Amino acid sequence: MCDTCGCSADGGAVLRKPGESDYHVHVTPDTEEHTHHHAGEEHHDHDHGHQHHHHEGTSRKIMLEQDVLQKNNLLAERNRGYFEARNILALNFLSSPGSGKTSLLEKFIPLLQQRFPVAVIEGDQQTTNDADRIHALGVPVIQINTGSGCHLDALMVNRAVKELDMQDNSLLCIENVGNLVCPALFDLGEALKVVIISVTEGDDKPLKYPTMFHEADLCMLNKIDLLPYVEFDVAKCRKNAMRVNHHLEWFEVSVKTGEGLDAWQEWLEKRLLHH
Amino acid sequence: MHEMSIAMSIVEAVVANAQKEGAVRISGIDLLIGKLAGIEPESLKFCFSSASKGTLAEDAVLAIDEPEGIGECGECGMRFPVTFYYAECPECRSLRIKIVSGEEFLIQSITIEEEGE
Ligand SMILES: Nc1nc2c(ncn2[C@@H]2O[C@H](COP(=O)(O)OP(=O)(O)OP(=O)(O)O)[C@@H](O)[C@H]2O)c(=O)[nH]1
Ligand SMILES: [Mg+2]
Ligand SMILES: [Zn+2]
Ligand SMILES: [Zn+2]
Ligand SMILES: [Zn+2]
Ligand SMILES: [Zn+2]
Repeated sequence: MCDTCGCSADGGAVLRKPGESDYHVHVTPDTEEHTHHHAGEEHHDHDHGHQHHHHEGTSRKIMLEQDVLQKNNLLAERNRGYFEARNILALNFLSSPGSGKTSLLEKFIPLLQQRFPVAVIEGDQQTTNDADRIHALGVPVIQINTGSGCHLDALMVNRAVKELDMQDNSLLCIENVGNLVCPALFDLGEALKVVIISVTEGDDKPLKYPTMFHEADLCMLNKIDLLPYVEFDVAKCRKNAMRVNHHLEWFEVSVKTGEGLDAWQEWLEKRLLHH
Repeated sequence: MHEMSIAMSIVEAVVANAQKEGAVRISGIDLLIGKLAGIEPESLKFCFSSASKGTLAEDAVLAIDEPEGIGECGECGMRFPVTFYYAECPECRSLRIKIVSGEEFLIQSITIEEEGE
């Protein structure tokens, strides 16, 4: 275990497969050189007891102008290139915990499967529960357990894709960790971000989490079957979402009753044929 | 807590650069974090101190510059300050606003110390 960079076997993300309890792959940046130093190596000069006049006149400024998320962004672009070359439409599904991401996949994948091959990457901190639910549909699925991490990143997806049996001209659904904050900052290489909110969450969600709604391409308002029981102004929510992102595509659905899902299915099939 | 994974990316990036330059220590890091970038500078500083433990960047001072958000109206071209992604053009009331500043998230420079008494 390396405390310095968290690159340990126990600290990082792990890939798992439903029904294969032995299967277990650690996500480590093994293609990159391991460049960190450990305490004691670089600080040896402080421990030797010889007196420096603390590096006087030897400091130097180096201009970098480097994007903080550069490494993730570069890897995301590699993923994107791979998806494009194989004509795979990759969608990143994002929401608060419990808005209905997995339920949505369970609903539309069986309908789509007859015409397009589908594969799924599931992101959760722990358990293979969601991957088990997808596995039951008979499509290739891999679970990423992020441990303490609250979002997927491009490296995890890169590794997961290598373990997935994906076909050309297919759909890849990536279900991110339930969280409306930081998954917005981490590009995975997807073609589109789909953000889901449910009517039990409050119509001001888009204003409270503007970064997510700003980054999203499509918003799905789910659980509209519950509208009679909750105080939720659909028009206001939509208006709030459009204020943050006027390009946002908007769908209103109930995964439970199936209401509104035809429009989504139609949109998705069109996308698959013409992306 | 995405500031932690971001702090780790910063440490990784600055340490790699400092090593390339033969540094014994990084004394300063200049960051540019726009007010709309979705990063909390205080939280980032807090995470940075633990993410940098035992690395060349351990004693580095983080200086964070936070450019204000500026939007540009897609209808009339007016530029004006925005505090978030949702904004209305003060001139023509349009909601088609493009963010032209405030989303920056860069490591601008590092200050390294070299061996030599
Ligand atoms: N009433 C109603 N309940 C729904 C609907 N869609 C999903 N649910 C319920 O919402 C709960 C959470 O659904 P999931 O699909 O597991 O949500 P998720 O977004 O995948 O959750 P995490 O993966 O934990 O973030 C389940 O109990 C679903 O049955 C809907 O349209 N209407
Ligand atoms: Mg789920
Ligand atoms: Zn290590
Ligand atoms: Zn996170
Ligand atoms: Zn976070
Ligand atoms: Zn205007």
